[in-house]
Amino acid sequence: MVDTTSHTFTGPHGPKPRKAFSRRNIFLYGTLLVVTLYYALPLYIMIVTSLKGMPEIRMGNIFAPPLEVTFEPWVKAWSQACTGLTCDGLSTGFWNSVRITIPSVILSIIIASVNGYALANWKFKGANVFFTILIFGAFIPYQVMLYPIVIMLREIGLYGSLTGLVIVHTVFGMPILTLLFRNYFSSLPEELFKAARVDGAGFWGIYFRIMVPMSLPIFTVAMILQVTGIWNDFLFGVVYTGPESYPMTVSLNNIVNSSQGVKEYNVNMAATILTGLVPLTIYFVSGKLFVRGIAAGAVKG
Amino acid sequence: MASTRPNQLFRNKSAKIAAIPMIVTALFVFVGGTAWTIVYSFTGSGLLPRLKWVGLDQYERLWDTRKWMISIENLAIYGFSMLILVFVIGFILAALLDQKIRFENTIRTVILYPYALSFVVTGLVWQWILNPEFGVQNIVRGWGWETFTFDPLYNAEIAIFGILIAGLWQGSGLVMVLMLAGLRGIDQDVWKAARVDGIPSWKTYLFIVIPMMRPVFITTLVLVVTGIVKIYDLIVAQTGGGPGIATEVPAKYVYDMMFQANNLGQAFAASTMMLVTVALVVIPWAFLEFGGSKNRG
Amino acid sequence: MTNSVEIKNLDLQFGAIKVLQDLNLEIGKGEFLVLLGSSGCGKSTLLNCIAGLLDVSGGQIHINGTNVTWAEPSERGIGMVFQSYALYPQMTVEGNLSFGLKNAKLPKSQIESRIKRAAEVLQIEPLLKRKPAALSGGQRQRVAIGRALVRDVDVFLFDEPLSNLDAKLRADLRVEIKRLHHSLQNTMIYVTHDQIEAMTLADRIAIMRGGQIMQLGSPDEIYGRPVNKYVADFIGSPSMNFLEGKINEGAFHVGDLVIPLERYAFAGGGPVNGDTTIGIRPEHVVTGELVGNAPFQVDVEISLIEPTGSDTLVDCKVAGKHFRVRMDGQSRVSVGEKLRIGINPAMASLFDLKSELRL
Repeated sequence: MVDTTSHTFTGPHGPKPRKAFSRRNIFLYGTLLVVTLYYALPLYIMIVTSLKGMPEIRMGNIFAPPLEVTFEPWVKAWSQACTGLTCDGLSTGFWNSVRITIPSVILSIIIASVNGYALANWKFKGANVFFTILIFGAFIPYQVMLYPIVIMLREIGLYGSLTGLVIVHTVFGMPILTLLFRNYFSSLPEELFKAARVDGAGFWGIYFRIMVPMSLPIFTVAMILQVTGIWNDFLFGVVYTGPESYPMTVSLNNIVNSSQGVKEYNVNMAATILTGLVPLTIYFVSGKLFVRGIAAGAVKG
Repeated sequence: MASTRPNQLFRNKSAKIAAIPMIVTALFVFVGGTAWTIVYSFTGSGLLPRLKWVGLDQYERLWDTRKWMISIENLAIYGFSMLILVFVIGFILAALLDQKIRFENTIRTVILYPYALSFVVTGLVWQWILNPEFGVQNIVRGWGWETFTFDPLYNAEIAIFGILIAGLWQGSGLVMVLMLAGLRGIDQDVWKAARVDGIPSWKTYLFIVIPMMRPVFITTLVLVVTGIVKIYDLIVAQTGGGPGIATEVPAKYVYDMMFQANNLGQAFAASTMMLVTVALVVIPWAFLEFGGSKNRG
Repeated sequence: MTNSVEIKNLDLQFGAIKVLQDLNLEIGKGEFLVLLGSSGCGKSTLLNCIAGLLDVSGGQIHINGTNVTWAEPSERGIGMVFQSYALYPQMTVEGNLSFGLKNAKLPKSQIESRIKRAAEVLQIEPLLKRKPAALSGGQRQRVAIGRALVRDVDVFLFDEPLSNLDAKLRADLRVEIKRLHHSLQNTMIYVTHDQIEAMTLADRIAIMRGGQIMQLGSPDEIYGRPVNKYVADFIGSPSMNFLEGKINEGAFHVGDLVIPLERYAFAGGGPVNGDTTIGIRPEHVVTGELVGNAPFQVDVEISLIEPTGSDTLVDCKVAGKHFRVRMDGQSRVSVGEKLRIGINPAMASLFDLKSELRL
């Protein structure tokens, strides 16, 4: 690899002159441009398709920008598109997803952060056994546990309800979040924890007064991880809720893949963008923290 | 003030209370749920789970079912192609991004954004792009190549590769980011030493850098493999398993048996097979990772 | 005078590893005790046990006559200062000082007066409203000491408090801690691996190794009469010269050399015969005019010179073994030169070759 700083010291006459259009650079930037375009293209196609009218779609090609911009597909996708049974668009699914995501994110982060803190600072006998099971549990295909959870939820009367789904998300978010928080709290200086104990703070005192104020970045990372993960979930939504409480991803799939009626591709694409909007916004706004979240979840694990 | 040794059960009480959700999840959901499913995979459960033992019947039937065989075959084709391509693409992109280039952040942001999208969104976008009437095929024909055919989602022979295109688009950014983190974690002095020794870059990558990145490769491998085995939403959204049953996968087989065919026994047997597949990858990895670390001290 | 801290038969195990073994220690009121040893010797572990930050496996800890073996750290009447300062980063200096007092539910007026007093003593009044990140290393450690000070306790525990500071600041703060001890007259237990800190600060030093106390005594005793070869080697810089030989008829024989031992004070009273190691500190070797008075003299050839400014260290060979001599920094010597050195056996230490215990 090229280390530009080292050049300055090797040559006697200052930095080695580098042509901006060297063969290497043309190849490098050329490749990256093509790759970037490839990855960006589907988003572009989604947007232009959603802004076209159906006649234009039937005539033109999918790459062409809309000749006549129309927002009608968006309106239709939001409030009128049919899911096979009803025709009230994605709005219901959107609000269901909001009602699922917010409590799931809050509950899972509270439980996992307190648990990670207990594992990092208040180790008790046997704690690591459960933690190991928890981490291995993250690798078990969800399909294996689908039905037992159906039975458990049915036993406590929460099968088919949003609360049930919130519990499911909390349970399946626990391994990765606990790992995230445990690793983070372990990386904080242990002497800080000791000092707080000498100062007479207990389990909760240290958690709220010392640990949480020092851990805002990791809470943000956890939030990003959970909001995108839960918003994007399809399987649990389909299994553990009923048609009235389907999350947005399920509604979207039902709208696009419902076999009845004429396919309205522009509405479909508008609906697709709408569903992807929440995670995409979080992704573009959070930038580095999102990367840090997946890297922390993966590399440290 | 306590002068005698307190009861060990109540020592550290708050921490134990805080760990209750973890303990319940680990024992009841993960261990209990898995054991339950395995046990019931040896029963003739239909609409409802019943403890009527049938031995290995469910497994025999499973391996006699065409849909399951196709699912396994698809998973194997998709899995191997995905694994190889996602690593090659991810590593090359990471290596390119690691050249101290301009716009690194922008490029990384664009390549990674698909990973923020759900599989449902991914599947639907690519369903649209690969639509032969309007999508890529139509455009190439419009350029004058009238006989050009590219309709993976409508051709049972290659349908699974249509899924692969979408899967790669969604997942390669993640591998790139992990690889980039791995590359950045390597001591820059290694590069200087290789330059001083006059070793060409490609050789440095192949014989020095990649072996040094072993831990990153292994964790990424485990992540990618477990992701592949779980693949479900993408299929449902992009093809619904079609055309016909050309793109069925095990996870979808389980769901269909469990909630549509009312054949719980089959669903449990199939999901147990999925568990075995994952275990074949995860257990050796765990030994390498944690068994080895004990030796290293 | 009652003891301030008493440690009785203390055991600590992590799994199969014994970190502390049957450890007994009594620390008097107002005493400054230093726990000294290389890393992994158990000194910090012992301090953490006294603080209540580690659960012991066996034995008892008494502070001010109360058995506190199982009491919470905050209930033990101790204050603690850490190596990394361990200041709460999100709180101001004032917040750091008051955190423990608020936890103890002290009235506001009392908290204020205590903080004021501690800030005066440590001269950190102008820093009270600042966050730790805005402080220098030395200031941070003052605040950390202040946090122990406001607790108004009898026992102060220091866990390598100066190790993170640069050499000059370390010397300054060392003096300050000593001054603090003089004015407060608290019991202080101080962990360090730095023998200069230990020698300058301590009333008594406990040298630890392998979870046990090797020697407990005043700095003078530790330096002058080390109980075994390990302590002798550990204390002193540059370290002691060791020669292996035999004691025979009241003299130490190594090679052709015979060192008379008439003036050596044997631990058992009279001389012992057998295989022995003799230890001689480089600073106890005399050169020049003083050689004439030494009971044992030998000619050596200088093989290496290390000038340090104040002293000059000279390497040579005695009885075929490396031997270091500390000379005055003004000495003009050069490599290859012959040098006559003298040794006073009264200043030397003799250890049994096998058991390494002092004879």
